[in-house]
Amino acid sequence: MSTRTLPLLFINLGGEMLYILDQRLRAQNIPADKAKKVSTVPAWIEEDRKRVMNDIITTMFNKKFLEELFKPQELYSKKALRTVFDRLAHASIMRLNQASMDKLYDLMTMAFKYQVLLCPRPKDILLVSFNHMDAIKDFVKDTPSILSQVDETYQQLIEMYTPLSNGEFQLIRQTLLIFFQDMHIRVSIFLKDKVQNSNGRFVLPTNGPVPRGTQIPGMIRIFSCSGEELTRLQFNNGGNYSSALREGSFEMFGNRVTKLGTNMYSVSRPVETHMSGTSKSSAQHTKVNAAPNPLAKEELNLLARLMGGLEVQKPGSTDTGFRVNLFATDEEEEEALISRPNELSYGVISIQATKDQQANAELTKIMGEFTESGDPSSSASSKGDDLLAMMDGL
Amino acid sequence: MFHKEKSIQLKNSASALYNNLSVLRIAPRRLTYFTVVHANVVNMVSTSWDGLNYSHRQLQSKEPNVATSTSLIMQAAFCALPSRDLLVVSSQKGIQMYESDGSIMVYWHALDTPEAPTAHAVFARGISAVSDNYVCVGVSSGAVLVFDVPSKGSNITLSEVLEEHKEAITDIASECSGSQECLANLVTADDGGNMCVWKSGEEFQLLNKIPGLDMTCSSVKLWKGTVLAGYGTGQIRLYEAVTGILHAEVNAHARWIYSLDIAPFSGLLLSAAEDSFVRVWHLSITPETNSVEIAHLHNECVTDTQICGAKFCDGDGYAFAVTGYDLSEIIRLVACWE
Repeated sequence: MSTRTLPLLFINLGGEMLYILDQRLRAQNIPADKAKKVSTVPAWIEEDRKRVMNDIITTMFNKKFLEELFKPQELYSKKALRTVFDRLAHASIMRLNQASMDKLYDLMTMAFKYQVLLCPRPKDILLVSFNHMDAIKDFVKDTPSILSQVDETYQQLIEMYTPLSNGEFQLIRQTLLIFFQDMHIRVSIFLKDKVQNSNGRFVLPTNGPVPRGTQIPGMIRIFSCSGEELTRLQFNNGGNYSSALREGSFEMFGNRVTKLGTNMYSVSRPVETHMSGTSKSSAQHTKVNAAPNPLAKEELNLLARLMGGLEVQKPGSTDTGFRVNLFATDEEEEEALISRPNELSYGVISIQATKDQQANAELTKIMGEFTESGDPSSSASSKGDDLLAMMDGL
Repeated sequence: MFHKEKSIQLKNSASALYNNLSVLRIAPRRLTYFTVVHANVVNMVSTSWDGLNYSHRQLQSKEPNVATSTSLIMQAAFCALPSRDLLVVSSQKGIQMYESDGSIMVYWHALDTPEAPTAHAVFARGISAVSDNYVCVGVSSGAVLVFDVPSKGSNITLSEVLEEHKEAITDIASECSGSQECLANLVTADDGGNMCVWKSGEEFQLLNKIPGLDMTCSSVKLWKGTVLAGYGTGQIRLYEAVTGILHAEVNAHARWIYSLDIAPFSGLLLSAAEDSFVRVWHLSITPETNSVEIAHLHNECVTDTQICGAKFCDGDGYAFAVTGYDLSEIIRLVACWE
């Protein structure tokens, strides 16, 4: 459908990912006595946490990557996008096990699904994106080089999206909703806040402010042929609506007004998901995902390949001291991996970066630019090389 | 006023698309067909009137001669012509026409899709039968394709391309009152809320243009010479088709309207929106005196659901059916009055 959906999907999911990782990193940055519970994961120091956030954000806003992202294209499959985020999550010294990565992705996607559904107007998705961007900017406010990358992305978003009509935004929204179709994973924080029901469906209130540009339902006006109002009738709208809030800012700065897309996690509110209780919907979830595609290699899409080229470490080597656990204990994490229903697995494609290079000459060229030493745009990779050497030495 | 009947279970959930429910009543066989779109699949359910038999069928958007692609479907709608009923499916790749039970594809029209994706999406959306032998389908470019349909067989041809709209077509409707006196018998609507009113024929004639106010008209109906239009602002507006005079304006919903339907024999109007509400209205139109009346009758709230389709199951409006995003059932409501 809409060929302009991918940048919004990527930036908003990326934003949610950063909120969650930030919360987990802070949560694991707690005094030694609590840290004993997560024995193999040492407490993170402030410096490490900032570095992880910076590394991920730098990779997320890599110029070449964004150039590719902003090109008009159809939305990726869930599988393909998950691969991109797998690689993004590993664009730093941080390591996540399969179970934690699964949980991270579940949380990211359910959060953005919620935001898309609850947006009063389709164009409010742009305000949600700006909320995420504002928070990302705050994460890197002390690092001017990354800050400028983020600012440039604001410009690209404004340039691409502010001229779009309401109808085109609704098409983007409909495209996103197809992507999120049948996902009903229960998220603890949503259940507690009563924005999600126990069956995994989000609460859609029939009260509150109407969107800007919409009148509170209830009035019928009849006009004469000359345009004068003849009759005015009222009807009961069945809800409890109030007037629209003021317009949020669609510029680089300003009050976005909506709270959707702001950080709802904090150290004291742990992130949990429940896998059970949605068997019917999960079965349907499989059917949508497993659409056979003879051109399966296309799934390993350009973005994933680009992301793979920026990866700091070879995939698979998770045995380092910098692991992040999205569960409370290692045992829980292991348990989650074993008990995860088959139909909810993402089937991530893990193909070595080297094979990707051979697949496409043009890509090889771009990847080559990433790995050339001394090239300013490949600072992430060269840091990676250093780290790699450092790891080997440990 | 209306009470819920047993829902019809679907194989897939409904996607968030405008007008995502189509109903065909087959009186001689005492059957009703329903179709609901899920991504690249059309779910068809055939139900017997005694409520005892259900059968399901799924159609995938697979165009002939192109082995690999799956493309998303924008709309599936029944087109009831005097001589035959067709099921028309419009997608990103083109337009497919099937026999009404979905058993055989009788026609395929490919859209001009560019080699590489462009900023403007390409798709077909907006489907309606017009007069005795035409089926009209809208395109994202704003064009309306007019197909000439013979009384039987697959010799369907593209008869004309109407190029008045500049924005993507959202919905198309034909005059459904059965009256032969109406001058206009087709209305087309687009993303900007602009509407064109036409008279069908070997060459379709543009009778009037009703400008939009930059707000999408997502669903449109034409009854007794009056255009009924549902907008993204939640408003419903009634215009006299040929003159463009605004007869009535209703602040009907708190969110984007996704579907309008009219029961032509009784004048009942159904409106459904993302706000979880389906509302039933009564319309009274006397073209001779130019008088229009609209009264609100009933609200039905489908809790926690963004509704994407609502249709009457019969011409009197005795029963109606509803679909919602992520919902794997068709909700049915039946009137309580005699």
